[in-house]
Amino acid sequence: MAVTHAIAAGMGGMRAAGDLVARMQMSQGMRIGEAKTYVADKLGVSPVELSDPVVMNEVREDLRLGMVRDLPGMAKGIESKFRIAEVLGIEINCLNRFRERSGLGA
Amino acid sequence: MGKILTRMGDGTLIEASESELRRDLETGTGDAADKVGVPRLVQGELDHLLDIFTTPAKFASVELGNEVVLSFDGGTLKTRRLGVATGRIQAIQFFERALGADTMELAHIDYSYKQIKPIAGDEQPVLEQALLVSTVPLFYGAMPNLGIYSQPDGPVPNPAELLPQGKIKEARTAHEEAVEHAVRDIVYVGSKMVESGADGINFDTTGAAGDPDFLATLRATEILKQKYPDICIELGMAGEFILGMHGEMTYDGVRLAGLYPHEQVKLAQKAGVTIFGPVVNTNTSQSSAWNLARTLTLLKPCVENSAIPVHANVGMGVGSVPVVDNPPTDAVSKASKALVEIVRIDGL
Repeated sequence: MAVTHAIAAGMGGMRAAGDLVARMQMSQGMRIGEAKTYVADKLGVSPVELSDPVVMNEVREDLRLGMVRDLPGMAKGIESKFRIAEVLGIEINCLNRFRERSGLGA
Repeated sequence: MGKILTRMGDGTLIEASESELRRDLETGTGDAADKVGVPRLVQGELDHLLDIFTTPAKFASVELGNEVVLSFDGGTLKTRRLGVATGRIQAIQFFERALGADTMELAHIDYSYKQIKPIAGDEQPVLEQALLVSTVPLFYGAMPNLGIYSQPDGPVPNPAELLPQGKIKEARTAHEEAVEHAVRDIVYVGSKMVESGADGINFDTTGAAGDPDFLATLRATEILKQKYPDICIELGMAGEFILGMHGEMTYDGVRLAGLYPHEQVKLAQKAGVTIFGPVVNTNTSQSSAWNLARTLTLLKPCVENSAIPVHANVGMGVGSVPVVDNPPTDAVSKASKALVEIVRIDGL
């Protein structure tokens, strides 16, 4: 059923910009239109392109936001989240914990 | 147009004529409007629904560019239920990389906050490791599940045993005590997970044990938001209205028993909820068309009344999805499309 929803109506997560739009809903309580506009502006794409895996694959590679393909040298996991926080201009909880526990500071 | 293949709420495949589908859409929206006092769907919306149901394709989808966010409550429970013996961190990676999840949730198989409290210290390292390797936002989730606070499973006298004895006052007192215990447990576990770096806390099947269940979740939300103002709280409901198990519990002066989604969302917002997940129950004796029209009628005012994102619950038995273990893609995809295009939900 998860797959059905994902194909019928989902933004595609890391295949496109679904996780990024989700972060704006979660961190700022943005409704879907506002969240898409915000992310599109930050990425320099149109809101329609946010769901396009062809466009977003390039954008994610260029900006190091994490990609579905497991390629050597590309930002992964928490590395990509540091980039996501910077590009979107948001705080991500686990990054604060990471800095604190690793001694990297604020 | 000849007969069209469609479903009943129990998943049975049936044939219906266009006029029968139209009738079901009209009666479905009428059922919600008459019982709950919300507006019926307008003719354009019913026509749009009819188009969705009369399309012979097995699969329906939104138009390019109209996609929404999917939040996966229950998260890592899903792979376990399929019998796929993978670790939960791998399940999270699989969902984010292969299944298009926009968010994911770390969940324990004993999916209740009361049960997680004694093992929270073992859940936290799993969450912390998952956060290192995942990219999508990661919730920690469980159910408030006030039912397990009653004896013999929990500390309070069982209201279901007290009521048949005519001990109404004692039953209500038991519910009130359960609320106090649950708030403490939810805040304890939620706090631990936020401290470990969770992007959000999910309250799944809120209201399953009625108004005490809903009240405990709202109060726990308030406390968690005061402690952690930036944390995301997602509150997903169990049913379409709040059962009055106590009957007189209130939040912010509003009695909780009997509230429907468009009323529930207002209180959720007041408590500090970030994303609200309403439910409309599927009637297995009615068709998918009837159920979907009814679902849209109940959710439209919820979305319109809300200042926060609304992620409709569209899983087994809710949101017009048939009550079967393997929900058919035709029914599920039509529900997805209709909810996005007609009600303008923010997510599923």
